Amino acid sequence: MIEVRNLGIAVPGFSLKGLSFTVPDNAYGILMGPTGCGKTTLLEAVCGLRKTRQGTVTLHGRDITRVRPGERGIGYVPQDGALFPTMTIRDQLAFAMQLRKWDKAKQQQRIEELAELLGIGHLLKRKPRGLSGGERQRVALGRALAFRPEVLCLDEPLSALDEETRGRMIELLKRVQRHEHVTALHVTHSSSEAEQLGTHLFRLVNGGIQEDTA
Amino acid sequence: MPDTPPTPPSETAPRRVRSDVPFFTVMVAIGTSYLALILAMLWADWRFTSFAEIGKALSDEAIRFSITLSLLTCTISAILSVWVAVPIGYLMSRYRFPGKKLIDTVLDIPIVLPPLVIGISLLILFQTPAGRWMDTTFSDLMKLIGADGIRGITYEVPAVVLAQFTVAAAFATRTMRVTFEQIDPRPERVALTLGAGHASAFSRVALPQAYRGMTAAFTLAWARSLGEFGPILIFAGTTRMKTEVLSTSVYLEFSIGNIHGAVAVSMLMVALAMVVLLVTRLLGVGREVV
Repeated sequence: MIEVRNLGIAVPGFSLKGLSFTVPDNAYGILMGPTGCGKTTLLEAVCGLRKTRQGTVTLHGRDITRVRPGERGIGYVPQDGALFPTMTIRDQLAFAMQLRKWDKAKQQQRIEELAELLGIGHLLKRKPRGLSGGERQRVALGRALAFRPEVLCLDEPLSALDEETRGRMIELLKRVQRHEHVTALHVTHSSSEAEQLGTHLFRLVNGGIQEDTA
Repeated sequence: MPDTPPTPPSETAPRRVRSDVPFFTVMVAIGTSYLALILAMLWADWRFTSFAEIGKALSDEAIRFSITLSLLTCTISAILSVWVAVPIGYLMSRYRFPGKKLIDTVLDIPIVLPPLVIGISLLILFQTPAGRWMDTTFSDLMKLIGADGIRGITYEVPAVVLAQFTVAAAFATRTMRVTFEQIDPRPERVALTLGAGHASAFSRVALPQAYRGMTAAFTLAWARSLGEFGPILIFAGTTRMKTEVLSTSVYLEFSIGNIHGAVAVSMLMVALAMVVLLVTRLLGVGREVV
């Protein structure tokens, strides 16, 4: 469960405050809003990449407001992937597991599982250069899921994809969420993504959050 | 042709784009003029000297010492320059903090100051109590490791390195800052969410991408050190077989009226610089990572 209570974030240019919403366990939360309203900022604050001024962020009852990003246990998929340019896809998938000192066999098993789930087995030896938009997103998703986080934060993961790839990615995201039992928070401005994926829909408008009950 | 006023082309008529030839002619002509100046200078040097002259210079023990010392000191100062340039460049490109503008200006001082002023400043610095203490401590340290030949810093080989480093590091720092500014910071942020601290995000994600920039910074610092003269003259002196580097050799030969010797040493410097620059550049391109 992701619980955001009365969160305030200072950003140069504007400020967000009094933001509250809850994504229940294993739900797929969608955060919508017009461009420049602070959706990404809010998502980054949940991931620990932005300082908050007030309020709390709780994951499964654990207050993580002051916890460093790497200790929050959130898988983060940024816009257009932000893959590690110098690493092979295999190394990107292994990155979080290596930091957690998983044993080699377990890492290998997890990489194979993710490669199968995301259809990126043929890319493992490659570096990100030359990958298509869809391939990048699948790798970024795999990298975020590798350490079995309970929460997945996605920042407009489908915005740079063509129509057909987007359709396939939506199916994939649904499958991934079922398979990995993650609670997701997905930022987008596309209402079709929201309809197809979301179980809970939040709108960030005029600096406040409204929950749409579908 | 009848003298009729030209009819204005209709707005819907296909547009005729003017020829690109004048543009490229002008660009290439301006570019070539500078290239020609450099090549003409080298050509004039080359005409003035001969293989015999260069051979004569090479047979001089003092010149051979000066070549070795140049290679050694330039490499040490280039390594030291990259060593300080990487953290400064990274911090300056990634973080905002109070006084950043001031620090930025301070980092440029070695670039804008006349080289002589740098030399004088170093000399004065090592006359202060702290400087003297460093001088004697360094001397003791050298004795301890068996390098009795180096008696302190001022007017010794370490002064050559320090004089080169002071200026070269400023150029390396600029290069590394631009390098890190061009590297997308987002993958490092992703690394933080995956469980990395800032140290491993830096060393595993940012630094491998900076390889080409580091090669460029090293090359620039090395070349800058080879050409350094003013600060070395003042801070390290021009003692033959002790603190004489190639730029000093040119000056010493020239000052005793041996212009042929000075030009021969200059040609040696040109050859040396070109070999090193080419090799580092080839290495840099060959190991391109992105």
